[in-house]
Amino acid sequence: MTQSPFTPGVASGRLAAPEYDANFSDLHPALDAHEALVAADRCYFCHDAPCITACPTDIDIPLFIRQIATGTPDAAAKTILTQNIMGGMCARVCPTETLCEEACVREIAEGKPVLIGQLQRYATDHLQEKGGHPFTRAPSTGKSIAVVGAGPSGLACAHRLAMLGHDVVVMDARAKPGGLNEYGIAAYKTPEGFAQAEVDWLLGIGGITLQHGKALGTDVTLDRLRADYDAVFLGMGLGGVNGLSVEGGDKAGVLDAVDFISDLRQAGDLADLPVGRDVVVIGGGMTAVDAAVQAKLLGALNVTLAYRRGRDRMNASVFEQDLAASKGVRIMTHVVPKAIHGNGAVREIEFEYVNQDMTGTGQTVCVAADQVLRAIGQTLESDGLPDLESGKIAVSDAGRTSVSGVWAGGDCASGGDDLTVTAVAEGRDAAMDIHDVLMGAAG
Amino acid sequence: MADLTSDFVGIKSPNPFWLASAPPTDKEYNVRRAFEAGWGGVVWKTLGSEGPPVVNVNGPRYGAIYGADRRLLGLNNIELITDRDLYTNLEEIKRVKADYPDRAMIVSIMVPCEEEAWKAILPLVEDTGADGIELNFGCPHGMSERGMGAAVGQVPEYIEMVTRWCKQYYSKPVIVKLTPNITDIRKPAAAAKAGGADAVSLINTINSITSVNLDTLSPEPSIDGKGSHGGYCGPAVKPIAMSMVSEIARGADTAGIPISGIGGITTWRDAAEYITLGCGNVQVCTAAMTYGFKIVQEMISGLSEWMDEKGHTSIEDFRGAAVPNVTDWQYLNLNYVAKAQINQDLCISCGRCFAACEDTSHQAISMSPERVFEVIDEECVACNLCVNVCPVEDCITMEAMAPGTVDPRTEKVVEPEYANWTTHPNNPSATAAE
Ligand SMILES: Cc1cc2nc3c(=O)[nH]c(=O)nc-3n(C[C@H](O)[C@H](O)[C@H](O)COP(=O)(O)OP(=O)(O)OC[C@H]3O[C@@H](n4cnc5c(N)ncnc54)[C@H](O)[C@@H]3O)c2cc1C
Ligand SMILES: Cc1cc2nc3c(=O)[nH]c(=O)nc-3n(C[C@H](O)[C@H](O)[C@H](O)COP(=O)(O)O)c2cc1C
Ligand code: SF4
Repeated sequence: MTQSPFTPGVASGRLAAPEYDANFSDLHPALDAHEALVAADRCYFCHDAPCITACPTDIDIPLFIRQIATGTPDAAAKTILTQNIMGGMCARVCPTETLCEEACVREIAEGKPVLIGQLQRYATDHLQEKGGHPFTRAPSTGKSIAVVGAGPSGLACAHRLAMLGHDVVVMDARAKPGGLNEYGIAAYKTPEGFAQAEVDWLLGIGGITLQHGKALGTDVTLDRLRADYDAVFLGMGLGGVNGLSVEGGDKAGVLDAVDFISDLRQAGDLADLPVGRDVVVIGGGMTAVDAAVQAKLLGALNVTLAYRRGRDRMNASVFEQDLAASKGVRIMTHVVPKAIHGNGAVREIEFEYVNQDMTGTGQTVCVAADQVLRAIGQTLESDGLPDLESGKIAVSDAGRTSVSGVWAGGDCASGGDDLTVTAVAEGRDAAMDIHDVLMGAAG
Repeated sequence: MADLTSDFVGIKSPNPFWLASAPPTDKEYNVRRAFEAGWGGVVWKTLGSEGPPVVNVNGPRYGAIYGADRRLLGLNNIELITDRDLYTNLEEIKRVKADYPDRAMIVSIMVPCEEEAWKAILPLVEDTGADGIELNFGCPHGMSERGMGAAVGQVPEYIEMVTRWCKQYYSKPVIVKLTPNITDIRKPAAAAKAGGADAVSLINTINSITSVNLDTLSPEPSIDGKGSHGGYCGPAVKPIAMSMVSEIARGADTAGIPISGIGGITTWRDAAEYITLGCGNVQVCTAAMTYGFKIVQEMISGLSEWMDEKGHTSIEDFRGAAVPNVTDWQYLNLNYVAKAQINQDLCISCGRCFAACEDTSHQAISMSPERVFEVIDEECVACNLCVNVCPVEDCITMEAMAPGTVDPRTEKVVEPEYANWTTHPNNPSATAAE
């Protein structure tokens, strides 16, 4: 090893091989059978359980936990997957501390919720490891539907449509399906190629054709799709990123956090990935935390997360903030970038302290930086799309857009909360609505 | 500090906690460890007649029923009496008793229902210096097929006869251990008394099949694909055993006979409950087999703390104190009216009370959109189901209504006087009208 965390500048191979493996292993290792039984026994089987209400996909959580407790994890998995075909991914990436587990009555009773997410993973892993697909298709309806984007929303929509007997073509601009499951989610939440394995398993329903490297807008127009298919679902997520208009923002070493993460997720060998010695991440959401934590895990010596408001306003959950802190990420609050200094490449970043109301205090601070990651939000690339609302595709019930025959869901659609599970719920619900419309059950 | 010493039919022990006749008391090694751990006495694993010892199965002997977290609630066994040589057992009993003179040493015996058999073994047992004997008329499997154990315990005449022989050929106390596999426990208890028994002990194990393996379709424990009913014990049998104890304690022909309580005793609290129902001491098997001998320390500290708190200085102070409160249904006060009450500060909104009451009882709990659960007094019959299914201790309680107030369900004034079924107007054979 020639490089170390102390090597100045942006460098790869800062750690020894075993350290990469340890750093990027499962954040929450899978429960074994015994642990699953112990955890399942804690569920009270609540009436009209609050955890179900808290789950965006309305999984019948008490029922699936009871199925685990009684030794039928595959039945539990079917309960989960019936509501949420990406139950396996959601079990790994959902911020359960603000969803189902926050609502768990045992969180209220003892401050320790039932481990719903980990139990969900136990059940879905059990079924998926067995191989085979648990659902079958209804007789063909003769209808075909185009789905744009092979992320959680698009795939959930496609699966439900295929199950209902429709033929589905899913097109995606990228080389691999999965959307942010494949390119965005932190590596330690979904290690060992789970994202692709889940997509392969999901496609086992049949009736879904995947087209890679095909982008709406570039390779095909919405009008073309409307003409060629009985319905169109748009689930293309947020492809653009917000710019950072600050002096020196074009220096070498300044990049988008989503690109940094995407490179990381696609890296064959993490030791080849360059990372700075002093990394500064600008932002306060899930992407910012993920970028900061993973920079640290790649061997950066100092990682600072700089956010313009207080910690209570950060979009990243308390659990995520604590995770970052536990990995050694320093969280700075109430700072906005004023200038990025350096001769060609970034050397330091200058912040101004701001008040709660975002007015400047006049006091500044400089932080050493050889790499700056921008994580201040993604945007919709919106040429030729239905009407927008606050920068996203405006949708009414179940994802209907301003254009007839076109539905949308997931991150690109208005409402929602930029979570995988919400994207799945919206894709599924749009599929049900498309089905009703195409089969004449709804207007 | 409370005095835990026990004097059960003249047998003294430093505390009322004995180990029941079973694997924990099968040999010198175990019994010495038990005494070191603090047990007040042991009933040695049942001895059989001289000659080749019985043989046990060579596969699994136990089956189990679990609660949450694999907590063992019920154990079933198909083990027989001791499978070790009679003389080895007798020598060990003698040695251990000599080394622990302050502990109770009882020898459990099961030999064929013939006078000669008893006449032969009793002097050998007498010679060990043990403090008394317990007659195993309870073992429900194996031995009963050979005309012993429960096969004797189910015939009161045999009990009386064998007990008489024992009193004739043995000088120290004779305890008769009863089988619960019978419809009226008072009959064998009365027979034991008639035969001159110094005490009865109960219960032995209950006929049971704990589970069926759904792959092999064999009952568990499975011996090469077949299973046999075994004897059930552990926490699950405590309610059955306590009911039987109480029947003997208040039965016309049986009241007053000393009782050694057995069945599911797991904590000091269980033991205290048995004693309030009239038991002079208690015996423990499954709890020791589940957690080891050390549990006796909790039993000792717990019982003595509770006794101090209640001002009891000796076991005799509270022995039988609950017996007068065990009565027949017909004498329960029908003018007593209670209502469930939910403590909103403790409620965690799980809604189990609602599901139970709404689906299976009296629709007497309301649920608001905010998940607030409240009792509807107009509907509540005070059945207690909500209390029983609530996962939080003391969150739902039964509150008695004060006499003079109006029960909103019946719209009747709660009467201060006691009135039971025997005088109730709806009772066709009411003995006294108002
Ligand atoms: C770094 C990061 C970390 C995250 N971590 C979590 C987390 O831990 N937990 C959680 O619940 N959520 C997390 N999220 C959010 C979550 O990933 C998204 O909410 C979710 O993936 C949205 O799904 P989607 O299907 O709407 O869009 P995407 O997953 O973005 O998928 C959109 C797909 O459409 C394709 N596409 C885009 N434009 C076109 C086009 N013009 N033509 C064809 N195809 C196109 C893309 O290539 C992509 O495959 C994270 C997001 C990011 C960025
Ligand atoms: C494995 C096993 C073997 C037993 N063997 C005997 C025995 O030989 N003689 C006897 O009188 N009771 C025997 N019993 C019954 C126990 O002494 C006791 O009466 C019964 O288990 C109930 O008490 P518990 O609930 O504390 O276990 C046995 C119980 C078990 C579990
Ligand atoms: S999908 Fe997410 S929110 Fe819903 S139950 Fe599973 S882990 Fe919880």
